[in-house]
Amino acid sequence: MSNPVLSIRNLRIALPEGADREFAVDDVSYDLNKGEILCIVGESGSGKSMSANAMMGLLPDLVRPVGGEIMFDGIDLLTLSENQLMDLRGRRIAMIFQEPMSALNPLMRIEDQIAEVFEAHNLLSPKERSARALELLKEVGIPDPEKAMRAYPFQLSGGQRQRVMIAMALALEPEILIADEPTTALDVTTQAQILELIRELQKKHGMAVMFITHDFGVVAEIADRVAVMQYGRIVEAGTADEVLDNPSHDYTKKLIAAIPTLATDQAVAGIDKAPVLEVEGLCKTYVTGGGFLGRNPRVVKAVQNVSFTLAEGETLGIVGESGSGKSSVGRCLVRLMEPDEGMVRLGGHDMAKLKGEALREARKSIQMIFQDPYASLNPRSKIGRIIAEGPMAHGVSKGEAYANAERLLELVGLDASAIDRYPHEFSGGQRQRIGIARALALEPRVIIADEAVSALDVSIQAQVLDLLAELKERLNLALIFITHDLRVAAQICDRIAVMQKGEVVELGPAYDIFNNPKSGYTRSLIEAIPGREKDLAAVTVG
Amino acid sequence: MLRFILMRLGKAVIILIAILILNFFLIHAAPGDPAAVMAGEAGAADEKFIADLREQFGLDKPLLTQLGIYLGGVLQLDLGFSYRQQMPVADLIFDRLPATLILTLTAFVIALTLGTIAGVLASARVGKWSDTFISTLALLFYATPLYWAALMAVLVFSVYLNWLPGFGYETVGANHEGFARLLDIAKHLILPATTLGLFFMAVYMRMTRASMLEVSQLDFVKTARAKGLKPGIIQRRHIFRNAMLPVVTLAGLQAGQLVGGAVLTETVFAWPGIGRLMFEALAQRDYNVLLGVFFVSAAMVLLFNLITDILYRFVDPRIRVG
Amino acid sequence: MKDFWKRYSRNRGAVIGLVILAIVVVVAILAPLVFPQSPWRMVQRPFLPPLSMDQYPLGTDALGRDVMAGLAYGAQVSLLVGLVSTVAALLIGIPIGALAGYFGGWADDALMRFTEFFQTVPSFALAIVLVAIFQPSIYSIIAAIAIVSWPPVARLVRGEVLSLRSREYVEAAILSGQKSGTIIMRQVLPNTISPIIVLASLMVATAILLESSLSFLGLGDPNMMSWGYMIGAARTVIRQAWWLSFFPGVAILLTVLALNLIGEGLNDALNPRLARKGK
Repeated sequence: MSNPVLSIRNLRIALPEGADREFAVDDVSYDLNKGEILCIVGESGSGKSMSANAMMGLLPDLVRPVGGEIMFDGIDLLTLSENQLMDLRGRRIAMIFQEPMSALNPLMRIEDQIAEVFEAHNLLSPKERSARALELLKEVGIPDPEKAMRAYPFQLSGGQRQRVMIAMALALEPEILIADEPTTALDVTTQAQILELIRELQKKHGMAVMFITHDFGVVAEIADRVAVMQYGRIVEAGTADEVLDNPSHDYTKKLIAAIPTLATDQAVAGIDKAPVLEVEGLCKTYVTGGGFLGRNPRVVKAVQNVSFTLAEGETLGIVGESGSGKSSVGRCLVRLMEPDEGMVRLGGHDMAKLKGEALREARKSIQMIFQDPYASLNPRSKIGRIIAEGPMAHGVSKGEAYANAERLLELVGLDASAIDRYPHEFSGGQRQRIGIARALALEPRVIIADEAVSALDVSIQAQVLDLLAELKERLNLALIFITHDLRVAAQICDRIAVMQKGEVVELGPAYDIFNNPKSGYTRSLIEAIPGREKDLAAVTVG
Repeated sequence: MLRFILMRLGKAVIILIAILILNFFLIHAAPGDPAAVMAGEAGAADEKFIADLREQFGLDKPLLTQLGIYLGGVLQLDLGFSYRQQMPVADLIFDRLPATLILTLTAFVIALTLGTIAGVLASARVGKWSDTFISTLALLFYATPLYWAALMAVLVFSVYLNWLPGFGYETVGANHEGFARLLDIAKHLILPATTLGLFFMAVYMRMTRASMLEVSQLDFVKTARAKGLKPGIIQRRHIFRNAMLPVVTLAGLQAGQLVGGAVLTETVFAWPGIGRLMFEALAQRDYNVLLGVFFVSAAMVLLFNLITDILYRFVDPRIRVG
Repeated sequence: MKDFWKRYSRNRGAVIGLVILAIVVVVAILAPLVFPQSPWRMVQRPFLPPLSMDQYPLGTDALGRDVMAGLAYGAQVSLLVGLVSTVAALLIGIPIGALAGYFGGWADDALMRFTEFFQTVPSFALAIVLVAIFQPSIYSIIAAIAIVSWPPVARLVRGEVLSLRSREYVEAAILSGQKSGTIIMRQVLPNTISPIIVLASLMVATAILLESSLSFLGLGDPNMMSWGYMIGAARTVIRQAWWLSFFPGVAILLTVLALNLIGEGLNDALNPRLARKGK
């Protein structure tokens, strides 16, 4: 039954000297069969894209294969010359990438970029190339393909650009399509569409697809077979069902267990408690691209008439896709962005109206945890100062502030000795813990977590979510959790507000949102969650 | 497009007015009472004559009124009068302007063409000896004083080798006509334009090289490789075009220095342009001429900037269409 | 620090640059000791070619002055003007850039229009005009160079501050109640230091070139022997005495080259490229 188009045997790829390990890929063997989708899964740094790049001869400088073979149609790809590889690329093996925003040449029209594939292999006349380009754009379902032909990449959305990438990859009917995290940068509904498109085209053209991803949800959605990678080795491989339902390796088990499930409790905490934060009629509109003598200013209604309350000890999720205004709401609450209208009542003040010293004082009770663990800590400050700075600015003595910083570090699960170290000495997850300690230093009543776990690998993500839940409990905090990831929201939130185009389209207990969504938009979001069927099945069984 | 050009012109006019205001105050800061200086030039330094001069040139009026008169004058292309040369400053400058335009434009074209070619070559052979050679040469050009390079060029190519003329705009007394004259001017142009261009060639080369290397790391270059395109096409169509964007911007920003450098080059080669005029005015402390040249060279820079802005819009669709 | 030096010394050109600059500095410091007499004094017959007399290995100029002594004293002027005018330009550019970048809005608009104006004006021509009108002296030269060379500093600092300002740790500092002044001084500016240092080293080089160009045109301080002046004075006699313009030119070239090499080395050492990608 197995019919490999490609066999990798004992592949070993060396990293440059000074890297954290010797081999990016260490003694890896697997087959890619005709007409199947093979998912290579792993966290960042697992070496999951390396073998695909080796296949194409597109490894980064200084990274080179040092052993094994990649057999394709009776030849070892590793032995081919650059010219032979060039003939293969795009024609027999095609590839699409993660960032549709940067994967297309910004200065060339879409038509020319697709036609180039034929030109590279000296096929067809210019006229035929253009006709084929249009056919391909139609096939990948771009709206208004005639117009898209003449467009430049910046005029298309992320999903449309990824469709263009797919059109280019399909142009010469390759036997193998390599998709390197092709949906990671996309919104969840767009992701669902692209996954469906890849699935459909794969069936239609009978291609073998090698799909590289970090997301088990995506794996559940699309994979026929799965290979799980860790530290450059394949730790487990098998059919999608085997690996997802019955993982045998500890690492796979751990990864799968770390995925937040969509199951939510029916009980809602804090609904009867007094609100700590009341938001009413919050609005923010901003204008970009205009200004002095400018033209065509673009008006963005980032936040439109948003109202909600937050009870003591409650976690409210604000979910939405990019551009929904979810982050703007959080930023307006703490006045990192100035709201145009509305009221933010917190501890007897209207945060939206405060100025100067009064605002500085009021901000003590509402703190924020940020998204990017690398950008959220000043690289030139020691951890102690990073945490103690806030209290010191509010008049706490240095000694007391530092003593408190040590205590907080232990509270978030780090060693107190961390106060004398610099941010770069810590991993992403540890930095996020430091960020939490900093937010706690001022003893706030409300914490806003803006995509606080989005940049983390799934296993680290689970730990940080647990920590947040535990701290909330112990310190009786109210939490506003802003995220694009519905799974994360399902795990941590009591109530959820779903945002679209600046408006709250639905607000209710998490259980109701997931099991009984009222708004059509919410429903489409939930349906787009990759691997949802698998998950729900698991829920009914467990 | 028209709207864009008009907007840019408007901005240029504002800057020019600001320069004129600056000029006006600088004239007033210049040593010596202008009237007394003028009287001195005219060779009649009695009180009565100076007072008359003051009245004639409005020097007894309030400062703002004087500013108005000055700006009004400039509007009619009156940049003041040079008593040393006994000519209106504007006439002096417009006589000399063509020579400077020829020199700076030639230098600009030489620098941009050779600079980008060298930059592309170096980036294609990064780390190899030819890259090291080009980069070292660029570093040397970058550090060489312009006027010194000019002097050394005269010494080597004109004095010792006697290949090219190192002095003037055309052969004095040769009375060439038509094409022969053009050829003669071109021969005189080679040394000044090349030495003026050296520094900028180095700048563009370094920028092109860095930009090519940076662009070649971008994702769309990997896409192009994944298509199976040949390296030459990737280099030309994908990397080079994108890499030129910052170079064009830089070329616009550097225009000012190019015009400034002309003062030095023209001084060494006795090239009869406004740079040489400035040098002569310096020696005679002829402030009206000095400030006039300053104003006109600023106007030239604005023109260069406008051209590069328009060029940029043609290259980058994001600005053209968006 | 050890790390810094290790990264710096990996750039061979940068080490060579540092050695050349060290030599120039030593020469400048020792000039009054080795040549106790004024460099303006006539010591021998005019136009003495190099290597013809042991005591004056680089020969004499049109007025019989020792070229070697002139070079040594010229080093003082070059370094002094280069350093002081760069510091002055930084003192103008950093506050303007920091304020524009941090506060944004109309303050940014106004300050940047102002900066743009100075950047558009042909800088060398403006320097000439300024020095000519305020009379050539070491002060007017330094002031003129500072006035024409601060705009890049302001733009660099503004750009850095603008990107740092929206960095999450700065927002965290705002939320934690730190005041604007503290945030600029402690969170923002320390993180712009490396590009400023790199730019400053290149600015010293440019300032030296500018000073020498002004002196070449006769706008040097009349009391100070400078390399540009020496070349300017030798311009008309280049056919008789090549060495009079050759040696000072080499001195300028080497000093400016050294500073550029140092700038590149600093860039390598202070902004190590985070080229390694996780996958």
